[in-house]
Amino acid sequence: MSGEAILSVSKLSKSFGGLRALVDVSFEVKRGEIFGIIGPNGSGKTTLINCITGFLKPDGGKVYFKEKDITGLKPHKISQMGIARTFQIMRPYYSLPAYKNLIIPLWSPRAKRLGGWRGGGRHGDRDTVAVDILEEIGFERDSRVPYKLASTLPTGYQKRLELARCIALRPEIIFCDEVFSGLSMSEVAGMIPLIEKMKMEGITLIMVEHRLRELFKVADRVMALNFGEKIAEGDPREVIEDRRVREAYLGREGV
Amino acid sequence: MEQLRKERVDRSLKVRTEGLYAISSIEEILYLIGPRLLFVAGILLLPLIFEAAPYWKRVVNVMCAYALVAISFDFLSNFVGLVCLGGALFTGVGGYFTAIYNRYFSFPIYLSIPLATLSGALFCTLVLLPALPLRGVYFAIITLMYPLLFSRIIEALNVLGGTNGITGIESFPDPYIEHYAIILPMLFFLFATRRFVNEDIGLVFRGVKDNDQAVRASGINVTLIKVYAVFIASLMGCFSGAYIAHMYMWAGLSLFALDFSVIPIASTVIGGGGTLIGPVIGSFILVPLSEILRAAGTLRIVIYCVVLTLFIILKSEGLMIYLQRKYHQFERWVKV
Repeated sequence: MSGEAILSVSKLSKSFGGLRALVDVSFEVKRGEIFGIIGPNGSGKTTLINCITGFLKPDGGKVYFKEKDITGLKPHKISQMGIARTFQIMRPYYSLPAYKNLIIPLWSPRAKRLGGWRGGGRHGDRDTVAVDILEEIGFERDSRVPYKLASTLPTGYQKRLELARCIALRPEIIFCDEVFSGLSMSEVAGMIPLIEKMKMEGITLIMVEHRLRELFKVADRVMALNFGEKIAEGDPREVIEDRRVREAYLGREGV
Repeated sequence: MEQLRKERVDRSLKVRTEGLYAISSIEEILYLIGPRLLFVAGILLLPLIFEAAPYWKRVVNVMCAYALVAISFDFLSNFVGLVCLGGALFTGVGGYFTAIYNRYFSFPIYLSIPLATLSGALFCTLVLLPALPLRGVYFAIITLMYPLLFSRIIEALNVLGGTNGITGIESFPDPYIEHYAIILPMLFFLFATRRFVNEDIGLVFRGVKDNDQAVRASGINVTLIKVYAVFIASLMGCFSGAYIAHMYMWAGLSLFALDFSVIPIASTVIGGGGTLIGPVIGSFILVPLSEILRAAGTLRIVIYCVVLTLFIILKSEGLMIYLQRKYHQFERWVKV
């Protein structure tokens, strides 16, 4: 671990009316690590992602990406800088074939700049890059799967497509909002190598997850949220042993 | 009892024309370009066919003008996800702009139409700008409101000719120029938009319709994409309005009338949304129909509504989608 903080969040807070969804949440993520965010339902995990990626404006606090203040910037500006995200509710571009789904991120200025293929070309170039990325993420190139309409793909492939859409942007950080949820055990087993591969390529991953067992297999550090507050942070094993985390998940009686 | 179910199977010819094999024989080539060729030739020949009925020749022009507005509606609603209830905004702005250029600045017709198309589209995009960063019904409402607003302003302030409109606009020098001045641009815009939505940039537009959040997360400014889309759609609408103003040699409040908003939408419903060619076919049915129904007097609207309702009940997918299916697939009954 290099130890350099790629993302640092300080005292981020957000309220919806009277509900305090985030209360002074601070944390740092180091370059190249897999950082997990856990917490029971409604603990503010997705709100945290939305505030960092610009989909929601935080009420207070700061977000720094590579020591640059990105608090409250527009979502497209933030993703242009190299912060990609998946969505908890998968919504591929239904009317397009799977590989055409990647044309949209590939069309963005960032992908054009970093893509390494000839810009301005007609279909050929971008389509090839799109199918390459899909193959990397587990779509069998020689099957018909990459060419199927996105709406007809099974859940596992749709989740992969979400990730592929992020990768196409050539990001430095990917926020994964529950990529394991709704997948079968074997599908999750197929996803884990992909995540490790992305880490090997130097992408920092921040994973919001409900499925703790699978998350702990890959995560370097985790942070636990409850009612919008940070209750624990550190090594996955330590965090899950933490009394407050157990209380949050199981209730006071259960501990 | 035996249960039967309809099964649809692609025609072998359709499968054979996918990819490079499409050019393997004359049959495949014809299968692909035949319908398009027939359509284009049919439209180009319309003025000659109606040579015998001078009254109907004008209807051909009106038909094409409505078709252009309908294409712009289909493009915005089915490829960008912006429901535009105000085709009349585009036609009205285009019509009045060309009238101003032609009458007040005495630009010749071949200058005033393109100028009105461009500046009118710019104007429409500017006034619609406030609604573009928002999601939801705001765009639909604001487009519905603007034509009413502008016609009320002209009426109340008695500017631009007031209720009488601007008269004495230069007409087309020749009836044939008049025909092809709308037919050719209509065909151009039809095929250009069809091409556009399948290009890479067109896919981005379609992405905005399917899931604008993901487009945002892909580092693309969605508002800017919507601005481009509205500009393209207004180009078509403003051209149509400018053309109508020159055809009738008059720009009046009726250019802002509800007809220009409603008939294009109805045409898209009848012709099949998302096909771009469907709206053209739809307006080729609806506009002549409303001309024929003029004889029915006040009952016109009633009959018109009944026809529309029947279409929605019986062929809600739209004519074009139905025809495409029949062309590409055959059906057979199979046991369940």
